[in-house]
Amino acid sequence: MDSGPVIRVEGLKAAYEGKVVFQGVSFEVRRGEVFVVLGGSGCGKSTLLKHLIGLYAPAAGRIQIEGEDLVAAEGEGRRRILRRLGVMYQSGALFGSLDLLENVMLPMEECTDLPREARLLIARMKLKLVGLEGFERYRPSEISGGMQKRAAIARAMALDPGLLFLDEPSAGLDPVTSAELDQLILRLARSLGITFVLVTHELASIFAIASRSIMLDREAMGVVAEGTPAELRDRSSDPRVRRFFRREANIA
Amino acid sequence: MTVDASGLSYCDGSGLGLLLEIRRRQEARGAAFELRGLAEQFRALLDLFGPAGVGAMPGPRRRGGLVEGAGRAAAGLLADVREMVGFVGTLTFELCRLALRPMSLRWKDAFWAAERAGVNALPIVALIGFLIGLIMAFQAAMPMRKFGAEIYAADLVAISTLRELGPLMTAIVLAGRSGSAFAAEIGTMKVNEEVNALTTMGLSPFRFLVLPRVVATVAMTPLLTVFTNLCGLIGGAVVLVIMGFPLVTYANQVSGAVGMADLLGGLAKAVVFGVLVAGAGCLKGLQTKTGASAVGESTTRAVVAGIVLILVSDGVFSVVYYALGI
Repeated sequence: MDSGPVIRVEGLKAAYEGKVVFQGVSFEVRRGEVFVVLGGSGCGKSTLLKHLIGLYAPAAGRIQIEGEDLVAAEGEGRRRILRRLGVMYQSGALFGSLDLLENVMLPMEECTDLPREARLLIARMKLKLVGLEGFERYRPSEISGGMQKRAAIARAMALDPGLLFLDEPSAGLDPVTSAELDQLILRLARSLGITFVLVTHELASIFAIASRSIMLDREAMGVVAEGTPAELRDRSSDPRVRRFFRREANIA
Repeated sequence: MTVDASGLSYCDGSGLGLLLEIRRRQEARGAAFELRGLAEQFRALLDLFGPAGVGAMPGPRRRGGLVEGAGRAAAGLLADVREMVGFVGTLTFELCRLALRPMSLRWKDAFWAAERAGVNALPIVALIGFLIGLIMAFQAAMPMRKFGAEIYAADLVAISTLRELGPLMTAIVLAGRSGSAFAAEIGTMKVNEEVNALTTMGLSPFRFLVLPRVVATVAMTPLLTVFTNLCGLIGGAVVLVIMGFPLVTYANQVSGAVGMADLLGGLAKAVVFGVLVAGAGCLKGLQTKTGASAVGESTTRAVVAGIVLILVSDGVFSVVYYALGI
């Protein structure tokens, strides 16, 4: 398997209504790692994620997914890149009018020629993989927040992408459910070799699952640190990084 | 002034405010102020405002002047028009593509939307049609009676219902009922990031969400218009039968007053109205921003935009029909 970077970001700049959110952001994500984008509220973590999955167009810079330029790609070429990645949104974003099985089957229905029986089997497998066997016919509104997130991961894996993006997977979950979700992510990364890119500010999750991370900062409008979570915590001399890992309030 | 606070065991925000205000007034007069024995937890709160007391109140945030406001509004309007033109272009393209590949439509979703926009709207559309026919016939027949011409109320009901009011009222009901529902559904999906989820799955939200609703509404509006027309004519019949005219006389009068051109002209309008209502609903849904009030705003805008577009296009139809002699 190619060991080159799955994602390469160079000089990325994001702006909203003329206001710069971050600029000069460059990093690489390697195959098979659990890469965490961390930082405080409002530093642009989710904005960065939305750039990486092609929802926002950058003000400047390049994003390469498996060697292909996402920013420059259009039409079928862009769709081809997007189908190689799966996304779990903060809210789960499951389709409320469909049950869990139909939610997971939908990407296969639209993007493959698989017969219905095969789609059903694969969808049931994916739901079992995330521990939702027996809940296939439940609507998203009938299950808990943690289950919704697991179902969203199952849907994101429907087309067997090599790359999964997770936006704040722990948000709104109790510590036990959050830890279970962390274990699921680790299990999927190890057993299926999926590369994960997570956006979070949950320290417990970061230390539990991250292979490597970058930290964004609102005032710096960019990346202030890169490395393993332990390196960032123990070796960084940047006061913003130290404050984040020591959970120190920044109130004068 | 010296305040002895050594006996203070509890102090809320009002108490701290009082101490601060006393200090401020004393300092403003150049007089001394000493606070003794204040417990450490209260001292920390008091010190938040510094030794000079509460800082100056910040001025109101600059919101921009009239010119800036007008400029922003104009830019917003232009962006809205640009988005609408883009939407119309995409819709036209997708409808043409659909005509070439009908199986590419999500027919299950389209039937579901048709049931809600069409079948479920039937009672209200029928009631409105019936009442309009009834009221129109009654209001026209009363003055006409003075001239012994009350039977011509049937002509008035038939012509105005088939050519104008049938399609117009149906479309307005649909704008309020289905246009708003489309905006709310798609808007909620936008807020819940479901639309983003579709995009990142490489699926077109347009094909997935907009096309089935537009096709369903376009198919249902003429059918509902036929029902509105029929119920309007029944309403007119009720009035004239009560006034003593046999039903067959009314029927003959109606068939003599209107022809197939009137019916088809009205139904052609209904098709266009259907596109406008569904298009406005879906566009406003897709334009939904974030926040709790965004879906409500989109719904209101969808109804207003739908009704305005219906009325404008009805005016255009009147001119075109007049020019064509229909």
